[in-house]
Amino acid sequence: MNSHAWELLVLYLTVLLLTVKPMGIYLAMVMEGEFAFVRKTERPLYRLCGIRAEEEMGWLKYTFAILLFNALGVLAVYALQRLQAWLPLNPQGMTNVSPDSAFNTAVSFASNTNWQGYGGESTMSYLTQMLALTVQNFLSAATGIVVVIALIRGFARHTAASIGNAWVDLTRITLYVLLPISIVYAVFLVGQGSIQNFDAYKDVTTMEVTKYDTPKLDAAGQLVKNEKGVVVTEPTEAKTQTLAMGPVASQEAIKMLGTNGGGFFNANSAHPFENPTPLSNFVQMLSISLIPGALCFTFGRMVGDTRQGWAVLAAMTILFIGLAIAAMAFEQQANPLLTQLGVDPALGNMEGKEARFGIAESGLFATITTSASCGAVIAMHDSFMPLGGLIPLIGMHLGEVVFGGVGTGLYGMLVFAILAVFISGLMIGRTPEYLGKKIETYEMKMTSIAILVTPLLVLVGTAIAVIAADGRAGIANPGAHGFSEILYAFSSAANNNGSAFAGLSANTPFYNTLLGLAMWFGRFGVIVPVLAIAGSLAAKKRLAVTEGTLPTHSPLFVVLLVGIVLLVGLLNYVPALALGPVIEQLMLFAAH
Amino acid sequence: MTRKTFTLFDPELAVPAVTDAFRKLSPAVQWRNPVMFVVYIGSILTSVLWIQALGGQGEARVVENPGFILAIALWLWFTVLFANFAEALAEGRSKAQAASLRGLKKETLAKKLHEPHLESKWQMVPATDLRKGDVVLIAAHEFIPADGEVIEGVASVDESAITGESAPVIRESGGDFSSVTGGTRVLSDWIIVRVTVNPGETFVDRMIAMVENAKRQKTPNEIALTILLVALTIVFLAVTVTLLPYSMFSVDVAGAGTPVSITVLIALLVCLIPTTIAGLLSAIGVAGMSRMMQANVIATSGRAVEAAGDVDVLLLDKTGTITLGNRQASAFLPADGVTEAELADAAQLASLADETPEGRSIVVLAKQRFKLRERDIHALDAHFVHFTAQMRMSGVNLGERQIRKGAAEAIKAFVEAEGGSFHKSVSGKVDDVARRGSTPLVVAESSQGKVRVLGVIELKDIVKGGIKERFAELRQMGIKTVMVTGDNRVTAAAIAAEAGVDDFLAEATPEAKLKLIRQYQSEGRLVAMTGDGTNDAPALAQADVAVAMNTGTQAAKEAGNMVDLDSNPTKLIEVVETGKQMLMTRGSLTTFSIANDIAKYFAIIPAAFVSTYPQLSALNVMGLASPSSAILSAVIFNALIIVFLIPLALKGVKYRPLGAATLLRQNLAIYGLGGIVAPFLGIKLIDVLIAAAGLA
Repeated sequence: MNSHAWELLVLYLTVLLLTVKPMGIYLAMVMEGEFAFVRKTERPLYRLCGIRAEEEMGWLKYTFAILLFNALGVLAVYALQRLQAWLPLNPQGMTNVSPDSAFNTAVSFASNTNWQGYGGESTMSYLTQMLALTVQNFLSAATGIVVVIALIRGFARHTAASIGNAWVDLTRITLYVLLPISIVYAVFLVGQGSIQNFDAYKDVTTMEVTKYDTPKLDAAGQLVKNEKGVVVTEPTEAKTQTLAMGPVASQEAIKMLGTNGGGFFNANSAHPFENPTPLSNFVQMLSISLIPGALCFTFGRMVGDTRQGWAVLAAMTILFIGLAIAAMAFEQQANPLLTQLGVDPALGNMEGKEARFGIAESGLFATITTSASCGAVIAMHDSFMPLGGLIPLIGMHLGEVVFGGVGTGLYGMLVFAILAVFISGLMIGRTPEYLGKKIETYEMKMTSIAILVTPLLVLVGTAIAVIAADGRAGIANPGAHGFSEILYAFSSAANNNGSAFAGLSANTPFYNTLLGLAMWFGRFGVIVPVLAIAGSLAAKKRLAVTEGTLPTHSPLFVVLLVGIVLLVGLLNYVPALALGPVIEQLMLFAAH
Repeated sequence: MTRKTFTLFDPELAVPAVTDAFRKLSPAVQWRNPVMFVVYIGSILTSVLWIQALGGQGEARVVENPGFILAIALWLWFTVLFANFAEALAEGRSKAQAASLRGLKKETLAKKLHEPHLESKWQMVPATDLRKGDVVLIAAHEFIPADGEVIEGVASVDESAITGESAPVIRESGGDFSSVTGGTRVLSDWIIVRVTVNPGETFVDRMIAMVENAKRQKTPNEIALTILLVALTIVFLAVTVTLLPYSMFSVDVAGAGTPVSITVLIALLVCLIPTTIAGLLSAIGVAGMSRMMQANVIATSGRAVEAAGDVDVLLLDKTGTITLGNRQASAFLPADGVTEAELADAAQLASLADETPEGRSIVVLAKQRFKLRERDIHALDAHFVHFTAQMRMSGVNLGERQIRKGAAEAIKAFVEAEGGSFHKSVSGKVDDVARRGSTPLVVAESSQGKVRVLGVIELKDIVKGGIKERFAELRQMGIKTVMVTGDNRVTAAAIAAEAGVDDFLAEATPEAKLKLIRQYQSEGRLVAMTGDGTNDAPALAQADVAVAMNTGTQAAKEAGNMVDLDSNPTKLIEVVETGKQMLMTRGSLTTFSIANDIAKYFAIIPAAFVSTYPQLSALNVMGLASPSSAILSAVIFNALIIVFLIPLALKGVKYRPLGAATLLRQNLAIYGLGGIVAPFLGIKLIDVLIAAAGLA
């Protein structure tokens, strides 16, 4: 880690932590309807939609509303992709997306995963990008946030039958938080150089003529090989380049703010039109963790003890610092294979990095995006050093609770907190309680499900893929790295991250279907038990805090929480990681 | 109740426990513990694999030496047996207790009366034929045939079989001492008892059922923990099952080695799942109940014991719990113009014949302060005036001289009747004493027509020794103590301050008690209380943990969820500690069990895949001799740790009254960090031994 990396990390955390309190207060006030203008503005909307805003919902009804809302979202996104050829705003004449890819993308954007089996600029019409994908960016982010708000209400309320009104919550978070910030954010990005238009793609003459070799193809489109079996290539020159256009800035803003991460272009945030300058890059990193960080404060405020929120935030920050330092330090390592070819080892591992950003930014961005459920990238994670690639994997394996996705990060962390409280409560001889709520059989059942779902999906999904011929066919790299690619794909899908070890060719019916299922169950397999916990906690009495109560805002509890997250989150993946990145690193350095 | 105490591995218990450990291998028993059931299936599977390998089939293709499979299979069976043994050992203790209780259920005959009075005709019937509502006559030296209520007569009863207390107790009709327990014996006189329970529902029956059911009924917290353990088991099952395809893939891409064997995967699975806590879980529960029994407390359910650990408000009766039952004279406060010695002398004379503890204490104080010896009563020509409820004073007449002591009002009436006056300064002293929480007794004398008040004796409530420290401990545990007393507010406040309780309820009525409990509960607190009288029953029923005194009435016992056979109100504190201890033992062993997985991974993962990726031996940080000895060592450690922790499971993690944070820090250091470090050392040690013996 050089001094630039340290400065970047410190600056990033300082700015992020400064935003936590004001943003957290605002979120809490909006969600609890404390602003008069909030109630006034939304009333006509509710009347229009026939929503009885005063009617609160029990957890079952709330869950049903959320599931229905997202299922409809999947249908809409699927339909728009399948029909885009006949719909307007399609200057490039994009064809309809294949059924399996459309299904995968629909689930992907509804589940806030934003895994992209497709390349944006070569697949989607502007209408699809805007109406299907950008809209889902808002709605999936809103879903994550309202679920955690419902869970917080479970802690905050007592002997209550309801946890809020899903329609009201979804409206408020979209209307007063996601939309206004996104508008300002998009304008800022345009100011930095992002594009926002409906133009057809532009062919431009490049300043420099690019010369390269292309493989020769025969009449049947197959590679031509010489007598030695080597592919024959022919020199090619390129004087022009096609620049993809589109309404980029408006999608980019919510892509980052809502921890969605699905790029307008295939190159994602490494593309200059998505992420033009170092400043826009810094703001992009910041906007990923803005809401997740602030929600910790919202949590503390709503349960009436801000220390509780700070404690959770402290645990997240500690984990984050560890992951970020590791990622940046591992990428600063030189790849011995490249050193052998004469690359200066002092440069670190520049393979697959955007030269505008460099190693420290790439390492930090990779950590932020995978410890949140964002998945936007500015560098090829596939080209990271083996252990550098381990860090994004770990971020996802921990359940993306380090700041995490909007809403999902905090509810994931609170599920771990319930587990930590359960074990530590026993250790001090009390039946466990968290924030005055007893943690009993039902909560443990739901907590267990929430913690079980993603490891099961990741491990079983990976196992199916490495056995199946269709699964093995997608692997680009041989050896242990191929295993890492598949493991990364399922980790990303089941944890709703969406970033990729891009080496895997995943736009096949096999992967589209399997990963689509992993995304759906990875998302709602956790949301349903979390809402169940919310309902059950809301119904409970609140116990008084005494000296015998385990303080859940103390440094000791923070350490315990960090320990539980690491232990429970990682123990499940040790063998898989040993056979992937770990052995890769050992082999790389043992051989050279 | 058995007074026999067993050492931990007492042969008397350990030998049958070994047999039981094998008997518990039945699938029907194993099924009840899901985690150990997985180990059980693993043992069967590896045994089958071994037999298959002997014939050169199955695992023989990937494992060179069938002896390795046998070794793993054997140690997996040991793991199951050790867990069975732990459970059997704990149950053995309970069974011994139950057996001694069952001894009480003698086949006795009872004199069943046709009508509920002494003159009625009776007929001999077996005790087992008695039904609720039947009335029986029990004469001296006869056993009481069933639980019931005395409706006529007074008798001394030997209850030592239940309480272990050899001194007989008095049982009489009416009041708070009317309940009798089946199996106890009338020593003198006779009583007529109305049977209050049907056969099979008696107190002793319930005790036996409780002891024997301890192994079958899981407490709520135990269920919650089991769910967590099962969830971990499912995850680790997925981890190991998917490892086979991962391994096959790795072998294909690396072009070296053989896929991991099923034997190794089963070994890894058993090492990862929380067998340590799962194997000891029921033993911890049974041992907790059994510790309660040793403290002579009978809980009606494990749930009650668990709840005891959570209590944060204790309601304690002042008399008997916080203070000694009696007040004692602590000071002589003479009136103006009277010396202290004069007052002491008069007070002593007035108390010589007073056999109440208060009276005795006045004589003792006079002796201590002024070396006044007891005088010969007859030589003094004394005529004693005993206390009556009408006069509310007592005293002595020595010829003309009359000395009286009593409550201030009574003496005031006496003095004024004799034509004297009750001086203001005396009233002031009376108030001072009352404000200090003591009881003032005023002494007056009348001789030769002259009447005067001599002064005031301060009778003090004596707070039990060490009780203040006990309350301080409780405060550190986060438990608030509330003193309940019938005294007035002033007196109550003074004693509360002296005893160091957090709060008090003065002039307590049963309704006020009930209201207080409800108020605490509405604030989200869990309330524990002790009680004995029938008027305590509503409060006992309302409290979360209610310990009824065995000397108490049937109504009180039924309302409570625990009965203290020793009838010692301070026992509540021990009950709370036992409840906490049970939870702490579970939590600590769970942490230990999960923390162990780190070292086991380091032992097994390099060993399992080193044939495919030789570079993985870099992770063999313990430097274990060979892959097979590494795996075997981890399995052996996993089995032996259960045996090593049996004493801890049975005795429980030591509870110290510290704050929650301190306690957590300590236990995390011991069982969390210890759980990470211990297996590294243990596995290495076993590996060295195996290598030295040349076994693998």
